[in-house]
Amino acid sequence: MSAVDATELRIVGFLCNWCSYGGADTAGVGRFQQPTDLRIIRVPCSGRIDPLFVVKSLINGADGVLVSGCHPRDCHYSEGNFYARRRLEVLKKFLPILGIDHRRFEYTWVSASEGQKWKTVVSTFTEHIHQLGPAPKINREALVLARTLAAKAV
Amino acid sequence: MKIGVFVCHCGSNIAGTVDVKAVADQARTLPEVVFASDTMYACSEPGQEGIIEAIKEHGLDGVVVASCTPRMHEPTFRRTLERAGLNRYMFEMANIREHVSWIGKDIEANTRKAVDLVAMAAAKLTHDKGLTSKKFSVNKRVMVIGGGVAGIQAALDCADGGLEVVLVEKTPSIGGKMSKLDKTFPTIDCSSCILGPKMVDIAQHPNITLYASSEVSGLKGYVGNFEVTVTNKASYVDWDACTGCGLCMEKCPSKKSRDVFNEEIGTTTAINIPFPQAIPRKASIDPEYCLKLTKGKCGVCEKLCPTKAIRFDQVDREVVESVGAIVVATGYDLFDHTRYGEYGGGRYADVITSMQYERLLSASGPTGGHIKRPSDGREPENIVFIQCVGSRDKSVGRPYCSGFCCMYTAKQAILTKDHLPESQSYVFYMDIRAPGKMYDEFTRRAMEDYGAKYIRGRVSMIHPKGGRYVVRGADTLMGTAVEIEADLVVLAVGAESAKGAPQLAEKLRISYDAYGFYMESHPKLRPVETNTAGVYLAGACQGPKDIPSSVGQGSAAAAKVLALFSKDQVESDPQISEVDIKRCVGCGKCIETCPYSAIEAIDFRGEPKASVIETICQGCGICTSTCPQGAIQLQHFTDNQILAEVNVLCQQSMQQNYE
Repeated sequence: MSAVDATELRIVGFLCNWCSYGGADTAGVGRFQQPTDLRIIRVPCSGRIDPLFVVKSLINGADGVLVSGCHPRDCHYSEGNFYARRRLEVLKKFLPILGIDHRRFEYTWVSASEGQKWKTVVSTFTEHIHQLGPAPKINREALVLARTLAAKAV
Repeated sequence: MKIGVFVCHCGSNIAGTVDVKAVADQARTLPEVVFASDTMYACSEPGQEGIIEAIKEHGLDGVVVASCTPRMHEPTFRRTLERAGLNRYMFEMANIREHVSWIGKDIEANTRKAVDLVAMAAAKLTHDKGLTSKKFSVNKRVMVIGGGVAGIQAALDCADGGLEVVLVEKTPSIGGKMSKLDKTFPTIDCSSCILGPKMVDIAQHPNITLYASSEVSGLKGYVGNFEVTVTNKASYVDWDACTGCGLCMEKCPSKKSRDVFNEEIGTTTAINIPFPQAIPRKASIDPEYCLKLTKGKCGVCEKLCPTKAIRFDQVDREVVESVGAIVVATGYDLFDHTRYGEYGGGRYADVITSMQYERLLSASGPTGGHIKRPSDGREPENIVFIQCVGSRDKSVGRPYCSGFCCMYTAKQAILTKDHLPESQSYVFYMDIRAPGKMYDEFTRRAMEDYGAKYIRGRVSMIHPKGGRYVVRGADTLMGTAVEIEADLVVLAVGAESAKGAPQLAEKLRISYDAYGFYMESHPKLRPVETNTAGVYLAGACQGPKDIPSSVGQGSAAAAKVLALFSKDQVESDPQISEVDIKRCVGCGKCIETCPYSAIEAIDFRGEPKASVIETICQGCGICTSTCPQGAIQLQHFTDNQILAEVNVLCQQSMQQNYE
């Protein structure tokens, strides 16, 4: 797989404890080989994921962010993933406005029993990020300028 | 803060593909980490003692263990910390087994990833603070959903243990699939003779309330304090008045109603008691076939009923029950054999399912226990059994083994010989799976003592020929094609999850697998618990099971409930939301989004503020990501804690990423 051979990129995963984190565990127990780029942050529910976590990761230089929760209607907290779905969908539309390539962000639903699906999700997303390549570098001067302008605008 | 890091070898599970020593060395360079070491088995007694020693020797304030998934051993290590005198929430785990060593073989990449995961855990730990649990009281009533043998056992064990039990059954009578069976393997016990007394116990037990014809339609609350809404379907008969005399059944003119209990071999009256041993023994009306309800005429039962129990105007009603725990024992359904078009199920009258055959064998069945062909009532001579109909077959989406079909087919072959000594049984099988006590001996008896001919191979086609059926298949041991002329074909249908199982799972907030079977908390060590505290599983709703396993699980679930209720108060999880009253502007967005109604508006010195009801909050954190002010924070998963992990992860790239 191309994703494994090439140099690692930085992919952050936000996973709900009950479904997707369990699914990632199931994939591990099943010894399903996956690319190593992804680092997982465990949260109780996909509804706990503030879209700002995603933005903050991407601005700080993550090459990709993957969010995964329970399938809609199958949430441990009954409706957390519905909130997540709305927020993340809006976020996806909003990322280009922030100057971030929206293709670097994806969200999926994987249940605790779907180890094989988790492997596919990770492998596909990692490959996808490798095709996009490393996130473009941020120009420090432009950033300072933007901040000054923003400060003036306020 | 002084942090200690322990990197586990897990034998060769982790050490085989991660350089654990290098991970520990790298961990030592992390800020606030004062101690790091690698250990063979962190979860073992010496491993835990090592952690306790290090905490005391180095005066550690918090611990990171890099080992397996926190879903497995987080509680173990939290207890270890407590034994060393630390708060149990000053602990973080880095999952370097399931998420690292087991999913890749590249030692270099794995080690890099493990180092990152440890750094993330340590960064989060620097923002952790000690949390203490609150205690709350439990309602010591239990609800059992499903009145099959597993549910019956769970209900009786709980009731005998002194608990008040509410048993909810979907159909008009308890008994489940087992009550339809004629005999049980491998002892040839009469099924209803061993189940019947238990069913009567349910009806007579002072601690058990039975809701038949009822379904769970809603659930609120949490362990110790659930509120379950039960919908009681209209039976058009006042069950308090009905004595089950059966006079209405005798006189009902509409005799075409579906006979569900007899697997629709034959029909029954529109008002009926499902079977003679039914519990509760009450009549109910099938509204599809009742002449009064469909056409407005008749009403014979109403005129005849000696206790005036008929209520044509009855409607579904809802009852709310407060319980502290729930046992789910909703069982299974049988595979729809008509999906195998080549077997002609549903088209040919004499191709029937194993459960229909079971009713033909039963003395209380529609034929009084005489094996007769459904088409012409003739006694069959050649009977062909086909195994694995809807089991071990990927093409119909049932790749799993249903477990009990080999055994019930052997039983049916034996019983067939008993009923019809002149008959000959043929069994098409793939493998014989008989791993229980006395099971293999039993299948051998079917072959050796009862002369059932076992043919290893699948059937490709069944077609009718002059009143009989030609069953064409392969004998893979002989390497030949086989054709058998059969009078009756019995399809050994496999088990699948109960209809509506996913919908119920969504209401109960428990998980189910790809086939709709409910998921246990741990496949080996927590087989009757779910991931929702206070909800337990019993029987075939968790996966196909025979009677002994279902009964065993029913008792196991009851034991778990009794253990839970042995305390008057249970500890709440302190990982709940907390409002920073100074930041809160009282907008009420968190109150609107909370799925548990765990947040209330309070008046704080004349200003509206949010306040979390600690025993109700389940710790999902939806409020935290909703709050525009960041004023309500989920403890142990605060914005700062999660962002600390993000920052550590992106630090290196941050430095590289600025030009």
